[in-house]
Amino acid sequence: MKNLKAKDFKQKLIAITSQDPAQCYQCGKCSAGCPVRDFAEAPPNRVVRYVQLGLYDKAMTSPTIWLCAGCQTCTSRCPQEFDLAKFMDAVRELAIAYGVKSADKKTQEFHEAFLKQIENFGRAYELGMLIDYKLKSKDFFQDVDLAPSTFSKGKLSLLPHNVKGKQQIKKIFKESGEVKK
Amino acid sequence: MKLGYYPGCSLNGTAKEFNSSLKEVFAALNVDLEELNDWSCCGATSAHVTSHILSVALPARNLLIAKKQGLNELLAPCAACYSRLVSSQQELKLDEKMRMKVEDLLEEKVTNGLQIINLIQIFQKIGLDKLKEKKQVDISKIKAACYYGCLLVRPVDIALPDDMESPDSMEAIIKSIGGKTVDWNFKTECCGAAHSIAHTDIVEKLCKGIIDNAQKHGADVIIVACPMCHSNLDMRQLNIIKHYPDHKPIPVLYLSQLVGLSMGIDEKKLGLGVHYISTKPLLEKIKSDALPTEVKKEVPAPPVSNDKIKKGVEA
Repeated sequence: MKNLKAKDFKQKLIAITSQDPAQCYQCGKCSAGCPVRDFAEAPPNRVVRYVQLGLYDKAMTSPTIWLCAGCQTCTSRCPQEFDLAKFMDAVRELAIAYGVKSADKKTQEFHEAFLKQIENFGRAYELGMLIDYKLKSKDFFQDVDLAPSTFSKGKLSLLPHNVKGKQQIKKIFKESGEVKK
Repeated sequence: MKLGYYPGCSLNGTAKEFNSSLKEVFAALNVDLEELNDWSCCGATSAHVTSHILSVALPARNLLIAKKQGLNELLAPCAACYSRLVSSQQELKLDEKMRMKVEDLLEEKVTNGLQIINLIQIFQKIGLDKLKEKKQVDISKIKAACYYGCLLVRPVDIALPDDMESPDSMEAIIKSIGGKTVDWNFKTECCGAAHSIAHTDIVEKLCKGIIDNAQKHGADVIIVACPMCHSNLDMRQLNIIKHYPDHKPIPVLYLSQLVGLSMGIDEKKLGLGVHYISTKPLLEKIKSDALPTEVKKEVPAPPVSNDKIKKGVEA
């Protein structure tokens, strides 16, 4: 658990989001409008419930936190003005920090592959990201049929663009790594 | 009019037609775009879903560049970049501790006052009358479904000042250039966004729902202002065609492409040839001399009796 204690979870969550999960009174309006509700095993309000009940492990291992698309429909409709999208971001961040095995490895690997390009080059490098993601996920055949047309349309560049101020970007990433220790 | 420009990563890659059409349209409207020097990625979805500090500091680097370049207004046409930039700006304003941390990381003071605007807002700023003046081509034969997706209208209060559930500012722009729009239900439903690669099946189902609703309401084209919405609705429509044999393809255009068409700008310059779903039938319809197709008058469904509702029988 990388120097992090379970009892700190709630405190850390409140520190990241500047809001107390107790604010949620479980009306379920968020889940009613959630676009990924049909694909998730637990509706988003249940993940809040886990945290309210101190079941932090259940929250951090829920596939729902990774399926959340960040659309913020929940946040904008919440009668309690609880920012659920921000809550999901924070639970995910803590799950990574606690070294919890992700219940949705593919999504996590995708985000890691995307961020790796930003860290290395300063901008998104789609080809590098796709290669990196495929190596991690071992999902080699997905979308290969799209590759030729995407190249010929000029939508996928072969080489990355290198940002000059890369040192600044590396520093930001280093800090984000520190936070997780 | 001079305007700071943050294209964002997608506009140099998968959404290059968004970039080229936008530049053509603004040149015609005499708006000078000044690109940020050495801009970097805003972190997009991947930053905010994994690290709070990344989600604030990565956009902040670009906000500082804009200030250094003496810009007061910054156009971020990508809805995702726009949302990340305004969210970072808001957080730096409200969270003192975060601001100090970011200032420490970037070795610079964060200042307020930069106005970040999206594509809809810039058209509003230029003035819909001006768009009307520049109109050369009649686009009234096609009907557009304006798709806002999530990040143009959210976060509420700091994004586009429009109705979060049923916005209509894009419709106003299209009407000003003589276009027709449809009333439909999925204007702000999520397309699945960044799940395109890891959960293509989810994106496919969500996009199928959006497209079906647009077509049910008579749309010939879906208009977007977000590269992620575009790639999901356009490129992932190929998956939909594969899995739903009855699916009728519908082209998906960026708002800047439609405005460009109304101004008579060359189709190639607007990047209308690099879509996955062909734009040809749509362009032919615009050019056709045929009168606009009559809207079929729908016969109102007979009222449903309470018994039927109780039994769950569909009317």
